Amino acid sequence: MSALESLTARLRDALPPDALITDPVRLRTYECDGLTVHRATPGVVVLPDSAEQVAAVVGLCAEHGVPFVARGSGTGLSGGALPRTDGVLIVTSRMRRILEVDVPGRRAVVEPGVTNLAITEAVRDQGLYYAPDPSSQQICSIGGNVAENSGGAHCLKYGFTVNHVLAVEIVTPDGEIVELSEQDAGYDLLGAFIGSEGTLGIATKITVRLSRAPEAVTTLLAAFTGIEAGGRAVSAVIAAGVVPAAIEMMDALAIEAAEAAVRCEYPEGAGAVLVVELDGPKAAVDREFAEVERLCRESGAFEIRIAASAEERAAIWKGRKSAFAAVGRISPAYIVQDGVVPRTALPGVLAGIDRLQEEYGIRVANVFHAGDGNLHPLVLFDDAVPGEEERAEAVSGLILDLCIEHGGSITGEHGVGVDKSRYMPRMFSADDLDAMQLVRCAFDPRGLSNPGKVFPTPRLCGEVPGVRRGVHPLVEAGLAEQF
Amino acid sequence: MDPELIKDCVHCGFCLTTCPTYVLWGEEMDSPRGRIHLMGQHVGGTPMTGEMAGHFDACLGCMACVTACPSGVRYDRLIEETRAVVEREHERTPDERAVRAMVFALFPYRRRLRAMRLPMAMSKRLQPFLERVNPSLGAMAELAPPAARPVRLPPLVRARRRARARVGLLTGCVQGEFFPQVNAATARVLALEGCDVVIPPRQGCCGALSVHSGRPEEARRFARRTIAAFERAGVDAVVVNAAGCGSSMKEYADLLAADPAWRERAERLRTLDLAEFLVRLGPVAERHPLPVSVAYHDACHLAHAQGIRAEPRELLRGVPGLELREIAESAICCGSAGTYNLFRPEPARELGDRKAERVLATGADLLVSANPGCTMQIAAAVRRAGKGEIRVAHTAEVLDASLRGLDPGALGRAPRTGRAKARAV
Repeated sequence: MSALESLTARLRDALPPDALITDPVRLRTYECDGLTVHRATPGVVVLPDSAEQVAAVVGLCAEHGVPFVARGSGTGLSGGALPRTDGVLIVTSRMRRILEVDVPGRRAVVEPGVTNLAITEAVRDQGLYYAPDPSSQQICSIGGNVAENSGGAHCLKYGFTVNHVLAVEIVTPDGEIVELSEQDAGYDLLGAFIGSEGTLGIATKITVRLSRAPEAVTTLLAAFTGIEAGGRAVSAVIAAGVVPAAIEMMDALAIEAAEAAVRCEYPEGAGAVLVVELDGPKAAVDREFAEVERLCRESGAFEIRIAASAEERAAIWKGRKSAFAAVGRISPAYIVQDGVVPRTALPGVLAGIDRLQEEYGIRVANVFHAGDGNLHPLVLFDDAVPGEEERAEAVSGLILDLCIEHGGSITGEHGVGVDKSRYMPRMFSADDLDAMQLVRCAFDPRGLSNPGKVFPTPRLCGEVPGVRRGVHPLVEAGLAEQF
Repeated sequence: MDPELIKDCVHCGFCLTTCPTYVLWGEEMDSPRGRIHLMGQHVGGTPMTGEMAGHFDACLGCMACVTACPSGVRYDRLIEETRAVVEREHERTPDERAVRAMVFALFPYRRRLRAMRLPMAMSKRLQPFLERVNPSLGAMAELAPPAARPVRLPPLVRARRRARARVGLLTGCVQGEFFPQVNAATARVLALEGCDVVIPPRQGCCGALSVHSGRPEEARRFARRTIAAFERAGVDAVVVNAAGCGSSMKEYADLLAADPAWRERAERLRTLDLAEFLVRLGPVAERHPLPVSVAYHDACHLAHAQGIRAEPRELLRGVPGLELREIAESAICCGSAGTYNLFRPEPARELGDRKAERVLATGADLLVSANPGCTMQIAAAVRRAGKGEIRVAHTAEVLDASLRGLDPGALGRAPRTGRAKARAV
C-alpha cells in the first residue's frame, strides 16, 4: 500500500464523507488553477470546514510523509495551487465564514475561503472596506491573497495584502495550529508568512484591517493616441507629488478585448487609456483632480471622461477588471504575464515588448498598474497553430528578462508558483536562493508544504542531499543553522 | 457538447460565486467552471459516469454564470447539449424515471394541469406522507399555490386607445393554470397602452421545460406548434410574461437550426418579454398612485438568460408612490429553476430558504417577480419559515393596478370571488 493509499484510509476516518474526494473524474476538475498550462490531477482532495480539520489532515500528511497543497478559489495565475499527483489538495472553499467584525477596532476575523469582495460587502454599511482589490476580487479567496501577498489596482496608495493583515492563524507543516500576529515581539513571522505561496503552512483564520471608506472618490478616464503619451501622463502625475488611489493603463488590444467582453465604451480610436482614481478628503481630491486632468491634457489626452456617479465609475472599472479574461474573446489562448519595472523604465520596456511582438509574430496586449510599474502583458496565441504556443512562451519569458534588465522583478503580485520558479535563478544567485530555503526549512524541514513551487531546484532541507555544493555561506559565517 | 465552446472557458473562476450550487457546496465539480471541465473530460473520451451526470443534473440552469463570464462562454448552449447527452447515455433510477415521466406528461399540457388542480390542492395535507414516498412528490405538494379561479381570456382584446401595435400573448402552461389573473392583467395593461392583443386559444406549451431538460425532440415539436399558432395570429410581436418561456422562445432559431425552413420561420417570430416590450413602446396610459413597497426579484431566465434587469425596475419606478427595494444577492437563483425544485428538492429548498430570508429582510409589502416558478418557490419557502402567506404579484399585476387605480391592498392576495372571472378583461 502506498503512503497516499494508507493516508487516504486515515483521512476517511478523520473527515465527514462529503469532505473527501477520491473519484478520478471529480479529482480531475481540480487539476489546475487560473493558469491552465500546468496540470496535475491531485492524489486526493479534501474539503475541510474548520481549522481543526485542516490540522488533522496536515498532521496525517506529516505522519505519512505525503506532500500537500492548499487551494482557495483556484484563481491563481502562477500555478501556485498546482496539485501533486502523489499528494493531498486541501481546498478551503467551504471555510467561508466571517467570524467577527469589530467596527470600532476596524478589523475583521475571517476564514480563508471568504472571498476578498465578501469582506467589503459585509462591512460596507458601516462605511468600511477591505483595501486590497485584485481584479479577481469577486472570487479570489482571502487565504489565497495571503499566500500570494496579492495586490490590485489600489495598492499604489494603500499597499499590498501584507499591509492589511494583522494576524493569521496557521496550520504549520507538522499539523500544529499557531497564531502569527503583528503584535508578536521578535522576528516578523507574519511578514514572512504572507506571500510565502503555501510553502510555510496553511492560513486557517485571518484578521484583516478594515479601512474607512474615503469621503470622496473621483475617477477619470483619459484616452491617448498611444501608450507613450499615456506613460508621459503617468510620470507627470507622480512627479507632481500626487498619489492617486490607482492609475491604470490599457493599450489598444486590451481595450478591444474589454470592449468585446463588457462593452465598456471607452473612447473610440484610443491607442491607450488611463484610468486614474483619486480618493480622500473632498477638498484634496478636488484640487488634485484638477491637476491630474491638466497633466493628462498636457501629455496629449484627446478625450477625458469623469465618472459622475457610482454606476459610471463601475462602468470604467468594469473594462479594466475584466481585461484578463476578456482577452479570451479576441484570442483562443493567452498567457497572463506579471512583471515589475521602475516607472521610469516603462517606455523602454514597452518598446522592447513591441520589438518582441514583431520578431516572434505574437500579439501582446498590455494592461498594467502604471503607478507602480507593475506590467501585465497578455501574450496571445492560438494553441491550434503548431509552434505558436512555444513562441508565446518564449515571448513571455523574454518579457521577464526585459524586466530584470531594467532593474525590475519577475513578479509583482501573481507570485512565482510553479510557472516562474525557473526564472528565479535569473534574478537571484544560488546563495540568495539558499538563504530563502533556510527560512523555508525553519517552517517545513521535510518540504511537504507545497513542494515544487517558488524554488527552481530543491536544495538544503535534505530534499536532494547530493546536489549541495559545500557549506552555505550563511552557515559558514555562523549566521544560520542547517537542519 | 461542442469542443469549441468548451475551449472558450479560460478557467478564471469569475463564475464561481454566482453559481447557486457552488454557493451551497463549495465544490469545483458543482461550479460552472468545474462542469465545463467535466464536459471537456467527456468529450475527451471519459464515459458519462453516474457521478458526472449527477453534477450536470445538479446545475439549475440559472445562467448567472453567463452573466458573470468575461470570456463570453456560452454555458447556456453547453448545458443544453450536455443535458441531452445525459438523457441519452445515463441510465436513471426507476424512481427518477417515474417522477420525470409524470412531470413531462403533466406540466406542458394545460388540460392535464387543470385536471390535477383538485388533487394538488388536496395534496397539501398529504405532504408529509408524499414526502416519505418520494421527495419530489412532497416538493410538488409543497409548492402548489392556492387554487386560483379560472379566467377565460377572449381570443382578441382590443386596444383601449389608438392602437400602436398588434401583439400576441403567450399564456403559458403553469402561468395560465396557476396564475390566470397574471395573463388577464397582462392583456389589460397591453390594451390600455394601446395594443390589440391576440390570444390564440389553441396555443400549447412553448417547449421551455423540454429544452431545459435534455429533451430537444419534444422541445422542437412544441416550438413548431407555437410558431405556427402565432403566425396565424398575424402579430407584430409575441409578448411573453413568463421569463422561462420567453427565454426559450427567443432561442427557437437555435433549437430549429437543423431545419432551414423552420429556422427561418423562427427567426421571423419576434418574441419580447412584457417589460422589454412596454419599455420600448413607452408609457401613454395614466399611472395612478400605488402606495406600496415592492421587493423586485430577478427571475434568472429574465435577468441572466435575457439580460432584462433594468426594464422591470423602470416600469415599477414609473408607478407614483411605489417604493422599490432591492433584494440582497439578487443574482443568485431562488432554486425554482423550471423543474429543478421537483427533481432536486433538497438543494432547491436550501436555496429557497436563503432567498426567502433575503426577501423578508427587505420588509417590503409585496414581492414582485416575472416568473410563475419563482413566485411559487419563494412563497413556499416563506411558508416553511413560518411567516405565513407572502403577498406576491407579477409586474403586470402591479401595472394593471396602477393603470386602473385599484387599491394596492388587494395586490398579491389570491382572488376569491367568482366575479373576477366575468370581469377578467
